[in-house]
Amino acid sequence: MFDDPNVVLHCEKIDKIYPGTKALDQVSFDLLKGKVNVLIGENGAGKSTLMKMIAGIEQPSAGKMYMDGEEVYFKDTNAARARGIGIIHQELSLFQNLTVYQNIFMNHEKTKGFFLDDAQHIEGAKKILKRLEHEIPPDTLVGDLRVGQQQMVEIARNLVEDDLRVLIMDEPTSSLSAAEVKVLFKIMRELLEQGLSIVYISHRLEEIMEIGDHVTILRDGKYVADADIKDITLEWIVENMVGKNTQYHRFTRSIDLDKSEKILEVKNLSLPKTGGGWLLDSVNMYLKKGEVLGIYGLLGAGRSEVFECLMGMRPEHSGEVIYNGKHMKIGTISDQLNAGFAIVPEDRQRQGLVQSLDICKNASLASLSDFTTGFLMNYPAEEKAVDEEIKELHIKVADKHLPILSLSGGNQQKVVIAKGLMTKPTVLLMDEPSRGIDIGAKTEVFEIIHEFSERGLSIIVISSELKEIMAIADRIYVLSNGKCTAELSGSTITEDNLVHASYAGLGTGKSAA
Amino acid sequence: MKKDNNQLVMTLLKGRTFIVLILLVIFFSFASSSFLSLNTLTMVAKHVALYGILALGMTFVIITGGIDLSVGSVVGLVGMLAGGLIQEGFTFGDKTLYFTVPAIIVLMLCVGCLIGWINGIIITKLNVAAFITTLGTMYICRGLANLRSNGATFASIGGFEGLGNVGLKALGADWLGIPAGVYVFAILSFMAAILLNKTPTGWHFLAVGGNEKSAKLSGIKSDQVKIWAYIISGFCAAWIGLINTAQLSAAHPASGDGWEMNAIAATVLGGTSMSGGSGTIIGTIVGAFVIGVINDGMTMCGVSEFWQKIIRGAVIILAVIIDQTQRNLQAKMALQARNESK
Repeated sequence: MFDDPNVVLHCEKIDKIYPGTKALDQVSFDLLKGKVNVLIGENGAGKSTLMKMIAGIEQPSAGKMYMDGEEVYFKDTNAARARGIGIIHQELSLFQNLTVYQNIFMNHEKTKGFFLDDAQHIEGAKKILKRLEHEIPPDTLVGDLRVGQQQMVEIARNLVEDDLRVLIMDEPTSSLSAAEVKVLFKIMRELLEQGLSIVYISHRLEEIMEIGDHVTILRDGKYVADADIKDITLEWIVENMVGKNTQYHRFTRSIDLDKSEKILEVKNLSLPKTGGGWLLDSVNMYLKKGEVLGIYGLLGAGRSEVFECLMGMRPEHSGEVIYNGKHMKIGTISDQLNAGFAIVPEDRQRQGLVQSLDICKNASLASLSDFTTGFLMNYPAEEKAVDEEIKELHIKVADKHLPILSLSGGNQQKVVIAKGLMTKPTVLLMDEPSRGIDIGAKTEVFEIIHEFSERGLSIIVISSELKEIMAIADRIYVLSNGKCTAELSGSTITEDNLVHASYAGLGTGKSAA
Repeated sequence: MKKDNNQLVMTLLKGRTFIVLILLVIFFSFASSSFLSLNTLTMVAKHVALYGILALGMTFVIITGGIDLSVGSVVGLVGMLAGGLIQEGFTFGDKTLYFTVPAIIVLMLCVGCLIGWINGIIITKLNVAAFITTLGTMYICRGLANLRSNGATFASIGGFEGLGNVGLKALGADWLGIPAGVYVFAILSFMAAILLNKTPTGWHFLAVGGNEKSAKLSGIKSDQVKIWAYIISGFCAAWIGLINTAQLSAAHPASGDGWEMNAIAATVLGGTSMSGGSGTIIGTIVGAFVIGVINDGMTMCGVSEFWQKIIRGAVIILAVIIDQTQRNLQAKMALQARNESK
């Protein structure tokens, strides 16, 4: 039996196995009482998965959890809630179609007899929102709120019940402004004083140093280290988080980019956000022929939105695009493909692949019209073209008619890249091309990027990994909160400059140490 | 000034179904001199109650993001079962049992709920699409309705004094000059509005339809919520089975054929979103009136049944087009205003 008065909840050797991957591998974790327990690690390290176990959203494949000296098992969120565990989700889980007070009291409704007591709901919602220093009218539709306000409603939902003992916050600040973050920290301190324990997941390291008490680091689903914040430095965190072996080889360019002409130029690109604010705010950038241009920024900085505008997915944008020296009117997605743009989207499974089609069809999907005789498909031509692409990108396939999901993540990604290249693009847009693939495959993807840029293809790469973007990009724009905050090239490309600029648009004026 | 105009347009668009209803009434009262008579209005109300009660149940189903195609067949099946119980009683072995009318009504409502429950279980627990499930039960119920009498009609549903089962016809009669079905419609509407707006369960319907994943994470048992929606729908359909039989003074196995479409049309006209998450009872009631007024008004003006169908279809599509236009316009106006302010 596990019993320690300073520990609210203890996880013992938790495993979580998803089909094909082991998301958690023998992770033990102590949730300390009355502290801010920080969990950090890169994307896919298993932080959110571990929290889902604790909140009862998913159940461990193996391992045990203890609370108050006895073993607990949470079959659903209600079971975890009964033990006083609440969670604020990474993706907002609000009801856009309902009002603020309905969201706050959903499934915790106050009733008079059989009937809802809306007066009490509105009163209660006002009280909680006042405590959060966000006096949003409780009868506003949540869908009409700014994302930051929605985040506050999400937090308010967890404060409705008084019996809360543990509050899990999964990246609660990713969509908050600096002022809102300050309020959040104040609330967190209040909650701690009331005896609550908090688990805090964030990518913003300087926030962790400010609010955290104890830090636990995960990497690739495994426990790496834990320590009290007062005993450690940022360097220690970063070292443990990324490991030692993530230096990438920097490619040397044979093209003289100074003499290369501008192929694409974007002027004053703006994109309004529903509910207020801007996803993109007067962004200016250009791209030269044969250049690898990087776009760096934190989650929600507006990186993917630049691509979405260029691909015709955001007709509500404003600003001017000059392509090949001529003004370009952005049309539909197929217009943009025909004009020579191609995209490798961020979410491979949801946007990049059609899981029910085989490898060959996935690769040729965007260029099927090139392989027709009259109205009919010319299969030999299609297969020949796919074969060439498979060879060129070194995609490891036994048979191109196997299901796409039979491939490893890295090879799936190469198929998505092949799909883009088969449209014979002039400009290739790659959104997080190395996400969720192993280190070997990453290096191969970078080699592909380098090779094609040497042949004159102009490429824009979005990445949130510092080392990666520094290794592959000739020039980097940094986006922060929809604004372009820096343009770096050559020797100005340093970690400090990138990190500093990525916070510049938030108005905090702080950089990561 | 321009802002005021926009707001006026928005108010008009939001109240459009009601405005359409008023325009239709005005139009038909000019087109047919007898339209605005007490007799006609009573008839229209009688028909509206039929679509309306079905549409009440349909509203709950559609709000949770589902669809119920079986209600028309449930009307037929319940009618046949009720008619059979009155005319022939319930035979087991060599005994025959006759039920009183109140007992028959309760039994039939249970049959409706049971069919709804079966729909809900198949949809949620066995993960079959709502469209397919209720398409299946639609055929099954229609088949059962025919099977009950081998396709024949039960003509004497008046009951027999000696057996103590007289009285079902009262559901088809007028009370104080108003058809009984209208009272039922009014009471059920009131109950439905209370359920949707004033109880926790009502919130849960909207939550499950709006964002099922979040609803689950909030601890709402979304499967149960959906099952309840189909039970309500079956319950409403059973009422129509009884009322329709009483109005016709006979139970016919083809009764209610295609009525699910009228119910869906009334619900959608009333502003309930087919993707779930939003809808109101008052909207559905107005929608049912629009359908009823169009049908009866066109019949009175001598429009052929063929043309009626075409016009009905066009009205439904038009209503949804206006609905979408309103949403797009609203979003566009907001974005444009912001782009201009930049």
